[in-house]
Amino acid sequence: MSAQVEPAESAEHTRSAAAGNEGAPHRSLAARLVARVGSGAVQVLLILIALFWMVPTLGLLFSSLRSPQDNASSGWWTVFTEPAQLTLRNYAVLLDNPDFVSSFGNTVLITVPSTAIIVVVASLAAYAFAWLEFPGRDWLFLGVVGLLVVPIQVALVPISSLYGGTPLYGSIPAVVLFHVGFGLPFGIFLLRNFFAAIPRDLLEAARMDGGRELTIFRRVILPLGGPAIASLGIFQFLWVWNDLLVALVFAAEASQPMTVALQSEMRQFGANIDVISAGAFLSMVVPLLVFFAFQRYFVQGVMAGAVK
Amino acid sequence: MTAADTGTPAPEAEQPDGPATGRGRLGPPPWLALFFLLPALLFLGIYVVYPILFSVYRSLWDAAGTEFVGLDNYVRMFTRADTFTALRNNVIWIAVAPAVVTVAGLIFAVLTERIRWATAFKIVVFMPMAISFLASGVIFRLVYEQDPDRGLANAAITTVQDTIAPTGAYPGANPREGAALEETAGGGYRLAEPAAPGDAVTIPLVGVSDEDLPADTEQAVEPRSAPGEVAGTVWVDFTRGGGGQEEAIDPSETGLPALRVEAVRDGQVVATATTGADGTFALTGLEGGEYTLRLPASNFSEPYNGLTWLGPTLITPSIIAAYLWVWAGFAMVLIAAGLSAIPREALEAARVDGGTEWQVFRRVTVPLLSPVLMVVFVTLMIYVLKIFDLVFVIAPGSVRADANVLALEMWQVSFGVNDQGLGSALAVFLLLLVVPAMIFQIRRFRREER
Repeated sequence: MSAQVEPAESAEHTRSAAAGNEGAPHRSLAARLVARVGSGAVQVLLILIALFWMVPTLGLLFSSLRSPQDNASSGWWTVFTEPAQLTLRNYAVLLDNPDFVSSFGNTVLITVPSTAIIVVVASLAAYAFAWLEFPGRDWLFLGVVGLLVVPIQVALVPISSLYGGTPLYGSIPAVVLFHVGFGLPFGIFLLRNFFAAIPRDLLEAARMDGGRELTIFRRVILPLGGPAIASLGIFQFLWVWNDLLVALVFAAEASQPMTVALQSEMRQFGANIDVISAGAFLSMVVPLLVFFAFQRYFVQGVMAGAVK
Repeated sequence: MTAADTGTPAPEAEQPDGPATGRGRLGPPPWLALFFLLPALLFLGIYVVYPILFSVYRSLWDAAGTEFVGLDNYVRMFTRADTFTALRNNVIWIAVAPAVVTVAGLIFAVLTERIRWATAFKIVVFMPMAISFLASGVIFRLVYEQDPDRGLANAAITTVQDTIAPTGAYPGANPREGAALEETAGGGYRLAEPAAPGDAVTIPLVGVSDEDLPADTEQAVEPRSAPGEVAGTVWVDFTRGGGGQEEAIDPSETGLPALRVEAVRDGQVVATATTGADGTFALTGLEGGEYTLRLPASNFSEPYNGLTWLGPTLITPSIIAAYLWVWAGFAMVLIAAGLSAIPREALEAARVDGGTEWQVFRRVTVPLLSPVLMVVFVTLMIYVLKIFDLVFVIAPGSVRADANVLALEMWQVSFGVNDQGLGSALAVFLLLLVVPAMIFQIRRFRREER
C-alpha cells in the first residue's frame, strides 16, 4: 500500500474518505492520510499478533535449555537477563536415555512406511478413478468422498478386537496399517482430482502408442502428478509423525512412538518439565524442517484436506 | 469426469492385457481397474467400512460383549454423569471454537493483504499446524502454569494488574501487640473501641515489609478530626534502629498508604476511606452515634496471583485458546486463497462508489467469501467434534473430568475401564454427528464436478 502513495498534489480535497463519492481515481488527502495511518496501525497490530504466535514456542525452546532447578524457580524469560543459565544438559540426558532414543526410532519406523504405502496405494486407486472406466465408478468415488470424514474413534474398538490374539497386536505394522487405512480416503480424493485435470490428449496419445496402463501410469501420470503426490506425502508424513491417539491404542511399549512416550511423562508435568520440554522440542524438529523445506506442498495438502 | 460418459461399455475386448488392437476402442478393459483399485479397497474395507458396521453391532452389546442389551448403551450415554459432561463440553466447543477460529482467520487474511511481509506473517501463524497436538499441548501447559514467576499467561496478567491497579496490600501486617485491635473472621482487624464523629484514632501496625511500601510514602502525622467525621492515622509503629515509643507516632515512623478503612454500623458499611501517603484518613458524612472502624481483610491478602487457567472452571476456555493458536493459520490460509480470487474490480468499484473500508469489507468482501468461509467453518466443526489430543495433554489429571470431550471419553471408556459396548455407542454417536458434514462434502464435490 505505502508503495503507491504519491506526494499530495492539492489540498483542496478535504472531505473524508467516506464522504467522497467522486468518480475520479484521485483519492483525497484525508483519505490517503487515513490509509497511511491505518496501515501503520495494521502493521503494529500484525507484529503483535505474530509475536503472540511465536512467544509460546520460544517459551518451550528456552525452557528446554534451562536446568530443572532454574525452571522450578523462575520463568524462561529470565534467559534474556541471565543468558548464562542456558544449557544443553536436558538434551544430553534425553539422548542418553535408550527408551527415548528407541521411541524416536519407532516414530520413523511408523511414519516412513505409512507415508510410502499411502502414496502408492492412493495413486493407483486415484488413477483408476480418474482415467479407467468401470461400472459404478462415480458411485464408488462418492463413497470414498463420504469416508473422508469418518472419525478415527469408530475404528478403535473394532480394529483392536480384530488385532486381538494375532501377533500384529501392539506391533509397529499394526499402527502403520491403521494409518494407511485412515489416510487413504484423503489420499485418493486429493490425487484423483489432480489426475483428472491432466489433459485427456496426453493419455489418449500414450494409449494410441500402445502403452500398457501400468506404463502410462508410470511414465505419464506419476511425473505430471508430482506436485500433488508431494503434497499428499508431506501432509501424510506430518499427520502420522504427530499422531498420538492411534499409537496410544495400538502400540505396545516396545513400539511406542515419541508422542506416546512423552505423553506418559506428562503425569508429573511439574517435576519432568526439563525432559518433557526437551523431548517435545526434539519431536518438533523434524516436522518444522519438513514444513520450512516444503511449505508450499504442505499448505496445498492442508487446503485440499479441508472438510476432511 | 464430464467426458467420461462418452465411453462405450458394450463391446469391450475380452482379450487379456495385450497391445491395443487398434480397432478404435481405446482404453483398457474394466477388469483392469480392479487391479488398480484392489489394494485401496482392501484397506478401506478392513479399516474404515468394516469398523463402522462392527461398531454399530458392538454398541448393542454389554461391556464384555457377551450379552445383548439393545439400546441400553445409548441410554447410558446420556444419563451417565461423566459422559454427560463430555457431551456438554463438546457443545461448548462446537458453539465457540469454529466461529472464533474462522473469524480470526478472516481478520488475519484481510489484514495481511496489504502488508509486504505477509508471507512471513503467514508462516509464523501457520507453523503450529505442522507440529503435534502433543507439542502444542506441552507449550500451553507451560504458558498456563499457575505461578506467575513461571507461567507466561499469569506473569502477563499480574504485570498488567500491578501497573493499572497496584494492590496496596500488606500481607503479614498485624497490630502492635497490646494495641486496641481485634482480628475479624476473614483476616481483617477492627478497633476494639467504637468511635464517634469528631474522634481521632491511631492505628499502629507492625510486620510491614519495606518492599510493600509505595515509593511516595511519607512520615506519619497525628490525625486531626473535624465535626461529622472520624479521622485517624494508620502507621508503621516501628523505628528503625530501635528506640521510639510503642503506640505513639515517632518522628521517623512512616504512614501506611493506600489502606482501606471502613466505618460500620449495625453490620452495614456506611463510610469508607483510603489512607494517604502520610497514613491519615477521614471517614466523612457520618451522623452522630458510634461506629466500629475496621481494616478489611483485602488489605492483608496475598498479592494477586493471576487466573487458575487449568482449574475446573477455566480449563475448557483455556484449551479452546490453545486450539485457536493451532488452527488460526489453517483458516487464514484458506480464506486468503479465497480472497485473492475475488475480482479486484469488484472491490475497486465499491471503493470508488464511496464505500469506507468497513462497508466494502461488510458488503462486498464477506458475501463474496461466504463459500470459502463455509468450507472453513464446516471443516473446523468436524475437527472440533473429534478433538482429543489437546484436551488429553493440556488438562491435568485432576481436572480431566471437567475438561472431558466425547472423543476422549470414548477412549477412556473403551480402553481405560474396558466398556467397549458404551465405547462403541459413543463412537457411533460421533459418526452420526459428522454425517451432516459428510453430506455437505459430497454435495460440494458433485457441484464442483459439474
